[in-house]
This record gives sequence, C-alpha cells and structure tokens, in this order.
Amino acid sequence: MTPHGPHPTGGTLRLEGICVTRGETEVLKDLSLSVAPGSFTTILGPSGAGKSTIFELLLGSLAPDAGRITLDGAPLKPDLFAYMPQRDALMPWRRILSNVTLGLEVQGMSRAAARARVLPLLPRFGLDGFERHWPQQLSGGMRQRAALARTIVQDRPVMLLDEPFGALDAMTRRDMQRWLEAQRDGAPQTTILITHDLREAVALSDRIHLLSPRPARVVRTFDVPLPRPRLTAAPTEAALKLENDILDTLMQGDTT
Amino acid sequence: MKDALQRAVSRAWPALAAVAGLLLAWELGCRLTDMDPATLPTPTRVLEQGWLARDVLWRNLLPTLGATLAGFALSLTTAFAFAVAIDFAPPLRRALFPVFVISQTLPLVAIAPLVVLWFGFGLLPKILLVALVTFFPMLVALVDGFTATEPEIARLLRAMGASRRGVFLRARLPSALPFFFAGLRISITYAVVAAIFAEYAGAARGLGIFILNAKNNFRPDLVLAAVALSSALTLVLFGLAALLQHLAMPWRRT
Repeated sequence: MTPHGPHPTGGTLRLEGICVTRGETEVLKDLSLSVAPGSFTTILGPSGAGKSTIFELLLGSLAPDAGRITLDGAPLKPDLFAYMPQRDALMPWRRILSNVTLGLEVQGMSRAAARARVLPLLPRFGLDGFERHWPQQLSGGMRQRAALARTIVQDRPVMLLDEPFGALDAMTRRDMQRWLEAQRDGAPQTTILITHDLREAVALSDRIHLLSPRPARVVRTFDVPLPRPRLTAAPTEAALKLENDILDTLMQGDTT
Repeated sequence: MKDALQRAVSRAWPALAAVAGLLLAWELGCRLTDMDPATLPTPTRVLEQGWLARDVLWRNLLPTLGATLAGFALSLTTAFAFAVAIDFAPPLRRALFPVFVISQTLPLVAIAPLVVLWFGFGLLPKILLVALVTFFPMLVALVDGFTATEPEIARLLRAMGASRRGVFLRARLPSALPFFFAGLRISITYAVVAAIFAEYAGAARGLGIFILNAKNNFRPDLVLAAVALSSALTLVLFGLAALLQHLAMPWRRT
C-alpha cells in the first residue's frame, strides 16, 4: 500500500490569477479556479482555449507568468498528480500489463511487486485475459481503459484526464463514460477532466469550470447537483436545462 | 512454423526464378557464342573452379568475415556512444555532424591505400575502413530513432516523475529500435564491400586480395567465384540482422 492509503484525496487545489503568454499569444489571462478534494471537476472550453496548458502548469512542465497554484494554501508537492494524455500513449513495446504498471515502476517499485499489485485490478478495467497482449492488438476502447488503469493504479491524490475519450467513436465513448461513472462509487479520487464535450461534462462532473476562448479565463462555474448514475438512461430534464445554460453562456462569451 | 516456411518459400520464389533465369541466359549466351572462358566464363565453370579452389577460398573468407564483424562492432559501439551523447546534449549535433558528413564524402579508393600505409597490412586498417563506412548510417539511424519518440509518451513519463535518464531508457531507447535495425540492414551490406576494398588496397589474406591475385592471373572464373562468395556472405549477414530484429521486437510480429 502507499503511504497515503487507498485513494488519497489531498486537499483543495487552487489556481489564482494565472497568466500564461507563449510567444506573442496570451493563452491564459487571470484564470482562477478551485478543485475540492474527492470531487470530479471538469474544465470545459472551446478547442484551442488553452485547457491543456492548465495541466502543464499543474505538472510543472510550464511556469505561469503570474498567479499562484496551491494545495491547501501550500505550494504543490511532487507526486500529486497522475496524468492521462489525450492519446493513450501506450508503449507499443510493452505488453498491456507492463503498460499498466509503468507508473509504479517509475516510482521505484520492483516489476514483480507492481505486477502483483496490478493484476487483481485488471478485471475492473475489463482487461483480464489481455495482460499478455500488445497494445496494437486491442481496440480503441480497450486501449483507453488500459491507459486509465495505468493512471488510476498510480494512486496519486489527483487524476488529470486530458480529453481521454476524444479519439473514440461515439458508441465506445459513451461506454467509457458510463464505465468511468461507475468507477466513482465508494471513495472517489479527485479527478480533473479536460473536455470540449458539453454532454460529457454534465454527465460526469460535480462541478464545471467554463473557459472563454483564448486568452482563457473562467467565465462561469456550474455546480452539477444531479443524482448519479446519470448515464443509465437518456439525459434528464435537469441535465438538458444545464446543458442549455452552459451553451447560452458560451454563446454570450462569443459575442462579447 | 511450417506455415511460416511455406509463406517464406511462396514469397521467395519469384526472386529465385529471376536469378535462375539470369544465370540460364548467361550460360546459354556464353555457350552459343563460344565465349573465351578467360574473358567471360560460364556460371557452371565459375561454380566448378570455385569448388576446386574451396580450401583457398575458405581461408581467404575468414579474414574478410573477421574484418567485417570487428569493424562493424567498432562502428556500432562508437555510433551508439555518439548518438547517446548527442541525444543528451543536442548542441553536440551541430558540432559533430559536419565532421561525420565529411567523413562520408571521402572516396574509399583514395583513403584505403593511405589507411594501409599508416596501419600496415594487418587487420587494423580493415577494421578502421569498415567502421568508417558503416559508422555514419548507424549514427543517423540512432539519432533519428531517439528523436522519433512520441512526445506524449515522453510527457507521460515526466509526469510520472521519471528523470531524463529514465525517459531515455524507458522511451527513447526502445523507440529507436526500428530505426536501429533499418540502419543495421543498410550498413551491413556496405560492411562486406568495405572490407574487401580494404584488402584490395593491401593485405596478406582475404577475399579482396584473392580477387586481386585471380585478376592478375587472368582467372575471371575465380574472381567471380570470390564475388559470389562475398555476395553470399552479405546476404547471410543481412538475414541475421533481419532475424535479430524479429527476435528483438516481438510486438511487431502480431
């Protein structure tokens, strides 16, 4: 087990007054948002708004020009995040099991220990029986589940999912969203999702931060108090109303 | 396994038929025009004389094989060392690449006798010449291979907390494998030719010096027998490289 225990949730993550300029382009301008521990928080915004830049800031591969990022008021520590990139980024030269254990091995766990820890979790991801397969033998949905498994087993306080289902076909995407929602029973891990899919945001999130087009700032924050599970049937009246609200806000943002 | 053999045979037969047709045309051409064997011997004569000279051919094949493999080992290790250095310190690339490119522009015909002059008639000048010829393709293959790493995989590893060295070992090195083997297959075909050329410029034994002697004795049949042997050697080495790739990259087999 990790020193944090299972599903450590960390504290409240806060971004305040963040500005990022790349070359001549202002990417983020006075962006502020917070993420409550254990919550599923979505950063929703138009394509090219600079959503992925926020993850770069959190992961420390980019420093903001202004503003600060804190966890419970203190600067970020390393080993806080487990990151899932847009494409699955599975290594073609590693079998599925070794791809899933990658993060644990990088943390210094022995290969045998990492395998022993990950193997019993594979059925939950629908990957049992595929641990010896190469990534290119799997369908897009299975690859994405393997990438999610690789992210979750790292047992970091916060998961960062960068448009995880963007490359999937509509039906597989729906399956994966439903599956991800089912994973949030029990003690949920703090999750930050980046997406431009409005329906995905409403279906999965506790809270949605809506970004403006570039230079991005948070236009409005929506709480999503809808009961779960939400993806078992067609969207409810309340969900559709919220979708329309968000859409309206987006449109207004466009005209100003 | 048996299926694989059948597939290999069914893939190979057009090439085999083409080679057989070429040899048949050569044989018939020589016989029908009553060609002087001191000018152009028939394939059957080449085979026959080569068989009679098998002991001396074998004795001359071994030094050539030795020079090829030793030179190749030298160029592989230096190319790997330089490629890793360039990967970790990209400015080195700008400093070193012009030198390496110039090394590739040197005409082997002119360089080979000089290298023999400097290092004598032993194995060393052959090793150096083989290394000179094969170093650059291997270096380029490795440097390009490291660079071809998917950026998302590298970013993922860094997000997991991997060091630069960790990213190199877990992502850049395996990403370079297909490039490495492509370079290996190309340079192995140069390697045998380079070894023979080095011997041609001066050697005690080897296929190169055997060819030179046979030519001076007006024995084109023995020249061609040695040429066929060097081709066979190259093909075997090429096949070994392909086999090595097959074994080293099992994920490419599916």
